Amino acid sequence: MNKISSINEFVIKFANVNGSGSASANQMFAKGIFRSGIPVSPKNIFPSNIQGLPTWFEIRASEKGYLGRKAGIDFMVAMNPQSYTQDVAEINPGGYLLYDSSWKRDFKREDINIIEVPLTTLCVDEFNNPKTRLLFKNLVYIGALSYLMNINKDIFIKLIEEQFKGKEKLIAPNVQALEIGFKYAKKHLVDACKIKVNQANLTDGMILTNGNNAGGLGCVYGGATVCTWYPITPSTSLAESYKKYCDQLRVDENTGKNKFAFVQAEDELASIGMAIGANWNGARAFTATSGPGISLMTEFIGLAYFAEIPVVIFNIQRGGPSTGMPTRTQQSDILSCAYASHGDTKHVILIPSDPKECFEFSADSFDISDRLQTPIFVLSDLDIGMNDWTCPEFEWDDNRKFDRGKVLSKDDLDSMESWGRYLDVDGDGIPFRTLPGTHPEKGAYFTRGSSHDEYARYIEDGEVNARNLSRILKKFEGAYKFLPKPIFKQETNASSNGLIYFGSTEAAMQESLDQLSVSGFPIDAMRIRSFPFGPEVWNFIDQHETIFLVEQNRDAQMKTLIVSEGNVNPEKFISILCFDGSPITANFISESISDVLLNKNTSQPAEEIK
Amino acid sequence: MTYIVKPVNHHPNLEKNKLGLTRRDYEGTISTLCAGCGHDSISAAVIEACYDLSISSDQIAKLSGIGCSSKSPSYFLNQAHGFNSVHGRMPSVATGANLGNKDLLYLGVSGDGDTAAIGIGQFMHAARRQLNITYIVENNGTYGLTKGQFSATNDQGSKSKYGEENVFAPIDLPTMAIQLGAGFVGRSFSGDKQQLVPLLKAAMKFEGFSLIDIISPCVTFNNHLGSTKSFDHIREHNESVSSLDFVPIGKEIKTTYKEGTKVDVPLHDGAMLTLEKLSKKYNPLDKGQAIQSLNEAEKNGKVLTGLLFINPEVKDHAEILNISDTPLNQLAEKELCPGAKKLAKINASLN
Repeated sequence: MNKISSINEFVIKFANVNGSGSASANQMFAKGIFRSGIPVSPKNIFPSNIQGLPTWFEIRASEKGYLGRKAGIDFMVAMNPQSYTQDVAEINPGGYLLYDSSWKRDFKREDINIIEVPLTTLCVDEFNNPKTRLLFKNLVYIGALSYLMNINKDIFIKLIEEQFKGKEKLIAPNVQALEIGFKYAKKHLVDACKIKVNQANLTDGMILTNGNNAGGLGCVYGGATVCTWYPITPSTSLAESYKKYCDQLRVDENTGKNKFAFVQAEDELASIGMAIGANWNGARAFTATSGPGISLMTEFIGLAYFAEIPVVIFNIQRGGPSTGMPTRTQQSDILSCAYASHGDTKHVILIPSDPKECFEFSADSFDISDRLQTPIFVLSDLDIGMNDWTCPEFEWDDNRKFDRGKVLSKDDLDSMESWGRYLDVDGDGIPFRTLPGTHPEKGAYFTRGSSHDEYARYIEDGEVNARNLSRILKKFEGAYKFLPKPIFKQETNASSNGLIYFGSTEAAMQESLDQLSVSGFPIDAMRIRSFPFGPEVWNFIDQHETIFLVEQNRDAQMKTLIVSEGNVNPEKFISILCFDGSPITANFISESISDVLLNKNTSQPAEEIK
Repeated sequence: MTYIVKPVNHHPNLEKNKLGLTRRDYEGTISTLCAGCGHDSISAAVIEACYDLSISSDQIAKLSGIGCSSKSPSYFLNQAHGFNSVHGRMPSVATGANLGNKDLLYLGVSGDGDTAAIGIGQFMHAARRQLNITYIVENNGTYGLTKGQFSATNDQGSKSKYGEENVFAPIDLPTMAIQLGAGFVGRSFSGDKQQLVPLLKAAMKFEGFSLIDIISPCVTFNNHLGSTKSFDHIREHNESVSSLDFVPIGKEIKTTYKEGTKVDVPLHDGAMLTLEKLSKKYNPLDKGQAIQSLNEAEKNGKVLTGLLFINPEVKDHAEILNISDTPLNQLAEKELCPGAKKLAKINASLN
């Protein structure tokens, strides 16, 4: 029997029943590999359900640092008879299947290696409580894997101790479960597996965290004091992360009082309304939501745009349209965010590609929003938001100061002869604003979503209204100066083919570019990090004959945005589109591109790849 | 409406309040509502109440939704910041504003369409959260700006200007607010300044959700025979349950009410609300009785006015959330940003 043999380079998948406590055990396994010094990317593929449906957890370990999802499983831990057929079919030839052999089964695949561990029997023998037996099964297979893959067992013991800090009673039985699995494998499964983990130091200076955790923390660092939100997958954990870190970092030691407000609103209309109200008063406030929430918020987003009130909106994208696939990933809200609300509206978008950027863009978004006095979208997705990523440690410069933008103080107002809320005095389209309660006689005005003049007075004069709209556009057009610039994979362009991508596609991109290079198709790549686009984006498009635009949506939304915002020929773009709800893979990208380029060489017309 | 610009010069001998301000200092721009609109009387009552309480306008934020009522904050307190938000969503904007700065006085101005229809959800949740706001509903039973459609507070059987009959039962906002736990619930009539001004003053001093449902006839679309929100109908069916005096801190209570009818209600800042019960049955401190009386009055075609319910024990939203004494919008950067050292610890917890 052929056995896949690999060191520090493999994909392992766990097939479980949701609600069985498997996610935390699987997470622990991923962390065990990470602590062995190997970069990992765990992905939780879960149903929109609380208990009983199939759920999967995929971990890719890669010493090369290739952390995009990869199709084809090297090692399957099949814990759910409901999904056996599908799970077994996914295993690569020569791969491994570990299952609970308390109930033996013939999987009818001769080309894979079956590893039998009687998990249930082992737990029944050792533990009395039926519920604990179920939970401990997970630890037993972790123990077995620890032996099979040669991952230092002490790492897992330490992880158990950390996890149950404060509930010390639980440490011993969990460790016991781990040992049971380890001992069983050591006794019965010698040389059963040729996939091994060799201790390395590739994760020094790295952390393993998810984008929502990072985004919530970024809000604390960015000075947000108000979080108003409504529960919706996959954004909920961002709000919860903010609360978690505020509880640690923002409670006054002397008074016990909160230097933050955390409000679960009655719906998304209220959550955005509250965030706008707080920002109107000068408190940095944000809301976190996902596609359906954005749809509900659009009226208010238009108000904040037109009345020029800062507000930060996190959109952790999920599979759409409508309710769609709430627990799967997509990049399909680009247009609904860029042009959210009725009338002529356009919005600034920041697009992070990993948890570290989630932290940075989150903190930056409050400065940008205050500076531009407009809503800012931080457009993440489920893959970054809810999955743990191996990424560099967060950094903070203590010399950095909040940029509160053009806000007038009492002294400013005293020294001014006249002031108009929407007057463009600096020529950048950005007016000065005042906050309620600043001055007893000066600076009060009426904020409104109805048409207004430079002095915030209600008007129905079309010319005045057009002038105001043009000024807001001017502000928008200059916004790129404050936004994160694109990242280029190459120092100088070397190919007539360019590739544009953004967001979570980053995880698959380096591997993909390497594959293309090996196939003889080197390609220049640029990652867009914000909208509106700056000159760097337009230059890159100009400098290439053909642009492959990789997106995780059906309609090539980024292409639409680029083509509609810039004077570029749509013919030059070839879209590579993945919209099945799974994170895009390197193979999909490079195969799609090389197919096109091969066809091109034989002078056949290129088609859109879906 | 009028096109005459208000004169800027004040008469030198106008009466002044403790801040040295005259009533004129609390005015707003000229009203663009219909001549005789009840809403303008309410604006005048707000001006009177703020003048009497000697509140500096910059410490007030006035917020509204959309509709005739929601235009009215322009017509009072020129020196207060105003926010004309979106239809039915003023409560959320006010909630956020209050989270940002809990020390300002929030005046919410809404109408029956804005509150009882499109905005009923936000209204209910603001009451439930005990948002510290004086929430005024200028209730005329009709959609004025869109030319006279029935609103959700219009009485069943009431006739529109065009003779059409309203076939649905009304929503009674005070009853609903009491049920939801609002700390202060009153009803008044735009034509009864004597009742309205002390009620407004008490509501502004109350720390928690205070609703004043003010019947404010629409002279253009809902002031005809057959309307139950007309001046005539309200004058005939008004039944006041209480009359009140607002006594600021340190002032002696001088009211001379009949033995056994006086109720003193201490407010959060030490001021006292002195209340005369006009109906023996009515106890504004008893939630159950208040709701029962409102139900009975409705059955008998009466409109109960006055202070309908008060719970002086409530904590407001900011207090429930344990928000720091310094308003959130005034916290210094060093109190907000934890810095690099703490971040190093967080990094360590993630590897």
